[in-house]
Amino acid sequence: MSDNLLELDHVTMQFGGVTALDDVTFSIRRGEILGLIGPNGAGKTTCFNVMTGVYTATNGGVLFDGKSLAGLKRFQITKRGIARTFQNIRLFPDMTAIENVMVGADANHRTSVGGALLGLPRHHREEAEGRNTAMELLTFMGIADRAGDAARNLPYGYQRRLEIARALATKPQLLCLDEPAAGFTPAEKVELMDLIRKIRDQGYTVLLIEHDMSLVMGVTDRIVVLDFGKVIAMGTPSEVQDNPAVVAAYLGVPDDDA
Amino acid sequence: MSLSESMKSVTSGARSVSRLGEELGKQSRSVRWSFGAICILAVYLLPWWPNIPVLGWIIETPGTSFPSVLTDQVVIFVLVALGLNVVVGLAGLLDLGYVGFYAVGAYTVAILSSQHANLPWLVCMPIAVLVSMLAGVILGTPTLRLRGDYLAIVTLGFGEIIRITANNTHWLGDSRGISKIATPPSIGPLKFGVLDAKPYFFLGLTVILIVIFLLRRLENSRVGRSWNAIREDEDAAELMGVDTFKFKLWAFAIGAAIGGLAGSLYAGKVQFINPSNFPLQLSILFLAAVVLGGAGNMWGAIMGGALVAWMPERFRGFADKRVFVFGVALVLVMVFRPQGLIPRKIRKERWLASWKPATNTAPADKE
Repeated sequence: MSDNLLELDHVTMQFGGVTALDDVTFSIRRGEILGLIGPNGAGKTTCFNVMTGVYTATNGGVLFDGKSLAGLKRFQITKRGIARTFQNIRLFPDMTAIENVMVGADANHRTSVGGALLGLPRHHREEAEGRNTAMELLTFMGIADRAGDAARNLPYGYQRRLEIARALATKPQLLCLDEPAAGFTPAEKVELMDLIRKIRDQGYTVLLIEHDMSLVMGVTDRIVVLDFGKVIAMGTPSEVQDNPAVVAAYLGVPDDDA
Repeated sequence: MSLSESMKSVTSGARSVSRLGEELGKQSRSVRWSFGAICILAVYLLPWWPNIPVLGWIIETPGTSFPSVLTDQVVIFVLVALGLNVVVGLAGLLDLGYVGFYAVGAYTVAILSSQHANLPWLVCMPIAVLVSMLAGVILGTPTLRLRGDYLAIVTLGFGEIIRITANNTHWLGDSRGISKIATPPSIGPLKFGVLDAKPYFFLGLTVILIVIFLLRRLENSRVGRSWNAIREDEDAAELMGVDTFKFKLWAFAIGAAIGGLAGSLYAGKVQFINPSNFPLQLSILFLAAVVLGGAGNMWGAIMGGALVAWMPERFRGFADKRVFVFGVALVLVMVFRPQGLIPRKIRKERWLASWKPATNTAPADKE
């Protein structure tokens, strides 16, 4: 069981009368890239939001590293080791790229008002550490040349990468990417997938939401398919690809079957 | 017409001030420090500025002594704007009842030095700061779970609660107020009395400089970064590991402490306070000072505070119409400089130029 970094245990999420997630159970193994796919409105982002504490599940629970995440605040979950990006980019627009990443790095820091006012050694140590971490991550993501620019002035592709850099700066065990390639050209998508593989090779576990099937097939180790809030298939990319339920969900069921 | 032109010149003046700041940033440390020292000296000599030709005519305040305007209005407003800027400009929390903290500070000094005890001002002042800070925590703990408009309404109520409570509580001197409040102790030739306002100005300016120094340290730290992140996108900040509630509460507490500090200076200067000194209108003016100057920029807040305090006195010659003139001036500034006179800036990362990677990672692909 300790192979599993994160487990969703019979998670149901209801909004009023709408059931967004219906008894969802799956787990993410350490060191893998798990794809979470499904048609629009299948509940993928809701799944992310339950895991990162944005929503509290109506039923069921989330286990991270063997421990329940119930009752933890969102920032505490981040400090436990789950970081995420957003489907619609949510950077801090008026802050520089480097500052955006340093906010993420601050998740591992402890300097507060007293330390900053007195200029304690820890404050200086953490500032230097934050800068180095941030610059290394920006370099790793290939966007260090615009480190001093305001996030809102960066090109779209840079903003997407900056979000990943910011999430990595929190030193997560699990990195959740919500459609990181949305709006990318095919060439950019391939480049991003290489980057995601590189991130995994550095020891991170990655959960990837993605629409583009070909992309997901190429980069993931396993895939979970959601449709109308239910897990309809789970397995390796080739297993999932041939699964009739998945084909039906994506392409629709022929009329004579209905 | 000529008014709008003069407003344009004011805003272009503000722009050149901020450009001057940028130019200075490129200079060496010693140049920056000596420029700063000269500026500080010049500001300490402000009470004598009306004697300078031309400039003196522009800044003089007809009908009121200029040093009194500096101490009773300008110093207080600048200090308050600095404190409110932490709450509104940095953390992005709309506080419409900031006068409440100012009143708590003033009343703490009044109670401890006159009404119920005879403590010296120097003892009362730090207590006033702590009490207002505590008031900030007490108000913030339940209310900082609210956002935007809701927070604004609750804080608006808080300001009124403080004033009305003081008005109706005998222990707080009810509507008659409290008199014979202790003044700061005289140091050598600096005599804190009723005749000369200048010592209060020197004291107030020194306090302001200390507050600026401390706030700069906060701004350039994890704390300031967290405040900015909360202002930009509170949900994203929390999901990146920022304890948003804690840092919002700190912003509130620090803002309240500075407001209380301003109140204690005010009480020590005027030596008599009553509830009508702390109307809702003052909260609005405080907020106007921050927004006019440029929310989120400390120098903007200082400039805004100074202008909002000084303008009504400068235009006293317009008699009853001076508030109208003041209002028009505010509207014009907002039309020509919607971000404030000295807007918030994108941080200059000076260290970036000299940053060397600790490890040899792949160079950035510039595509």
